[in-house]
Order: sequence, then C-alpha cells, then structure tokens
Amino acid sequence: MEGQNIIEAEGLTKKYGTQTAVNNLALQIQEGEVFGFLGPNGAGKTTTLLMFLGLTEPTSGKVRIIGFDPAREPLRVKEKVGYLPENVGFYDDMDARQNLQFIARLNRIPDKVSAKKIDGLLEEVGLFEEAKKKVGTYSKGMRQRLGIAEVLIKEPKLIFLDEPTIGLDPDGTNRMLDLIHSLSREKNITIFLSSHLLDQVQRICDRVGIMIKGNLVAIGPIQELARKKLGVDKEHYTLEELYMKYFKEA
Amino acid sequence: MVGVIIASMVGMGIQEESKGMAKPTLLFLWLFTSTGKLFSFVQFIAFFGPLIGIFLGFDSINRERVSRTLSKLASQPIYRDSIINAKFLAGVTTIAIVLVGIVLIISGLGIRLIGVVPGSEEILRLVIYLIISILYISFWLGISIFFSVAFRSTATSALASLAIWIFFSFFVGLGAGFMADAVAPISQSGTNVDPNVLVRHEEVQRTVSYFSPMTLYNEATTTILDPTRKTTKGLVFMGPLERLSLSRFQNPLPLLQSLIIVAPYLISIVAITFLCFGVCYLVFMRQEIRTV
Repeated sequence: MEGQNIIEAEGLTKKYGTQTAVNNLALQIQEGEVFGFLGPNGAGKTTTLLMFLGLTEPTSGKVRIIGFDPAREPLRVKEKVGYLPENVGFYDDMDARQNLQFIARLNRIPDKVSAKKIDGLLEEVGLFEEAKKKVGTYSKGMRQRLGIAEVLIKEPKLIFLDEPTIGLDPDGTNRMLDLIHSLSREKNITIFLSSHLLDQVQRICDRVGIMIKGNLVAIGPIQELARKKLGVDKEHYTLEELYMKYFKEA
Repeated sequence: MVGVIIASMVGMGIQEESKGMAKPTLLFLWLFTSTGKLFSFVQFIAFFGPLIGIFLGFDSINRERVSRTLSKLASQPIYRDSIINAKFLAGVTTIAIVLVGIVLIISGLGIRLIGVVPGSEEILRLVIYLIISILYISFWLGISIFFSVAFRSTATSALASLAIWIFFSFFVGLGAGFMADAVAPISQSGTNVDPNVLVRHEEVQRTVSYFSPMTLYNEATTTILDPTRKTTKGLVFMGPLERLSLSRFQNPLPLLQSLIIVAPYLISIVAITFLCFGVCYLVFMRQEIRTV
C-alpha cells in the first residue's frame, strides 16, 4: 500500500500547565519514508514522540499511527511501532540475548521463534560475537545497536528514533546511519528520526520537519525547503544554513 | 535460618513447660506464639516482616526509571498497568514463598523436637495466619512501591518507607500512651482508681494504637494462633467467681469464634493493603514516562 499515511497528526497540542510544549501540530508521514524531525533542545520533539506512542496524552488534537489512535488503542500501535529512546537503558546484569528475549516475550513471541530471530538480529547489528557479555560492559555504540536490535525484534512498520547517534564516535555514527538507511531500503520500514545533528539528517532523510518552540515551522524535502528559503540555485547549501535561517526567524 | 533458630529456641522452651501438663491442647501452635528466650515467630514477623516488604518494593519502579528501561517497557505492546501489577504480584509471590517456607521449617523441626503432630484445626489456624501475614507484608510492599513511584531516587524511597515503618512500629504505640494520659489521666498517687477513668484511658489508647497496621496485625494473629484468647481487649474486669471459673474451665475457642473476634482486624488489613496499592496504581498510571 504505497503512499498511505502511516502517521497522521492534526491540531496536536500538548500543554504542561500554562506552558505549551507542542502547539497545533499537523503532520503526515508516508509509509517507507525516512523523516528527520529537527529542532533545538526543548522544542517539543520528544513530547511529540511520546504522544505518537501513546505514552502521554495530547491535550487536544488527533493522531493516527498506522490507522490507530495511540491514546485509545495503545497496544495496536505498540505492536507495530518500535521506539528507541534517547540513551536507551538495558538490564545490565543480563547479556544481550537475554535482554532481547525478554523484549520478545513482552511482544508475545514464543521463545522457539525468537531464538532464531535473535541470532539473526545480533548478526545484523554486529553484536553476535559479544552476545554472551553482560550488557553492563557494553560501549555506548554497542548499546545503541543493541537498542536497534530490540526495536526490530517485533518486526515494526515504523520506528521512532530519538537522537540515535548522540554520544557516538564517528565510526559508530557511520555504522548507525548505514544501519538505519538499510532498514528503510531493505525492509521498507518507515523511520522517524528526531535529532539536532544536521549533517547526519541531511545524509539519510527524505524529508525533514523543523520544530521550534513547539511549532512546526517548516516541513518538506530538504531541497524544496532550500529552494524556498535560501533561493538556492547554488549546489552547496547545507541543512545547517537552512536550519539557522528558520531558527533566527522564529 | 530464622526459622531454625526460632524453632529450636521455642522447641526447647516448650519441652520444659509441657512436662507437668497432663493433656496439652493445641500445643503445636505454641511453636509460633511462645516467646522462648527472646521472641516468638509471630512477634518476629510483625516487627521485621515489614522490612521484607519494603526491601522487595522500594526500588521497583524507580530503578527501571534510573536505568532508563521504563520507557522501553512502556513502549512494548503491554498495558501500562501490567507493569505495576507484575511488580506487586512478584513481590507478593516472593513473600508467600518465604513465609510458607519459614512456617514449614518451624513445623518440621517442631514436630521432631516436641513430638506433637498438628491436628486439622491447628493447620487451618496456621493457614489463616499465613494469609494474614502475607497480606500484612503486602501492605508494606505496597507502601514501598508507592514511594518508588513517587520518588525518582531509590535512596529517598527506601528512607521514606523506613520512616513510615519506624513511625508505625514505635511512635504510634508511644503516641497512644501520651494521648490516653492527656485525655483520661490516671492519677498516680491515689490507690482507688476510678474504673471509669481506667476504661476510658484504655479505650483512648487502643483507638490510637489501631492506626498502626502493626497493632492490627499483632492482635489478629495472636488471637488466631492462641485459641485461649477470648477477646482482643487487654483490660477485662472480672469478679472473683468469674476469675475462678475462668481458671478452672479454660477451654480453647473454636476456630470460627476466633475468626469472628478478629474479623474487623482482618478487614482493616485487607482494606489498607488494597487502598495502598490502589493509590500507587493511580499515581503510576497518571505519571508521564520520559527518559530525561
């Protein structure tokens, strides 16, 4: 079903007391897209993700994820949506395989089925050799990759990644980005990437949305936004220039 | 460990005590209520049982929060309440296993030491005692889980739970005494104390001390395990004839009667346990789960 909207938000608002974290957000993401969600710290990116996952209730507005309302039918959404939080945590006294198995059980995948899957996933994220080590001894990059494996075990249609490359070394960042890229290309998983590392977003995202102080100030393919905002005929614009322009105007 | 120590201590005590007795009734239950050299099993659980509950629960939610696994858990296809239900049920199961284990150890050693095999009524009383104890410790588990939901730091929740435990274990008892002295003072000098004042003093003291779940538990379990206790009241006025008949014909109460006496205590313990869990359920469901 190419071209179907996997995320649909309309008039989505979240208020904490008098403070508005997300203001009247409207957003459509199509299946198979890699969407970059940009914005400075505290712009409401994580809050938006939480509302998409049904972990927090919107003050007003409508959300549909894969056709379900995450506040009303959270299980339907969570079955098909993976979420990798910023600085994901694990049960440090268990090894990688046990961590994955626990998540598999929560997704009601029988142990026999999950055992094979876990081997495949560990191979895919490059942790097969270290699978027997306790996760507490893992490096930041390994933890982040294990996080991806954990998200993939439920065979999601849509993955939310919250700052997936933050704190990784350049090599780790590259491996992470390649992994994300291949997920989208090979498995047709929709990726919703929240980040403020602009060069990385530029490398892998089809479209971007820029959120500043709770408002979505721009949305569209990077080139299109550049054309509109920077009047680009020049080849070498960066997302950073574009972003700073929006940021100064806001 | 604890079971073994108590069993041997009490067992030896009972052996000596029962030597002169012709036909001991419900001797087996003494294993649990008799104080031996230091304390009885019932007192031990009443005092340190809460610690087991607190220990099992104080870091249940906030450790997941600190290690950042809570948001991951919450994004799996499970209902959010199953997280807290599971935490509570896991604790209750552990408590049940521990208590049943200790009681079985004491019983086994006790049978060897005193050579008395429990009858059906004694076993029933023990089962009821176990149920009350599990509920009582679950109440403390609920308290500590509540603090682990409310506070972000595991140290804070542990200390808060311990503070509550100390408050109810020591200070409510003390406070009850002060309160009673203030409301209905008994004069120290006079030899003839007005019985009405005495009764009132006693009533106030009891009413206040009932705010402590520990008192509720103590009264309930000692009555259940000691069939010769006919009332939970500490102060009973008796004429000389009544006293005589009581000492001559002291028969144990049937189980049902003991149960009726402690019914209000049981209901209170059940109520506070559920109330406590209910509150922490509500708080947890309304909390926002964030990684930051």
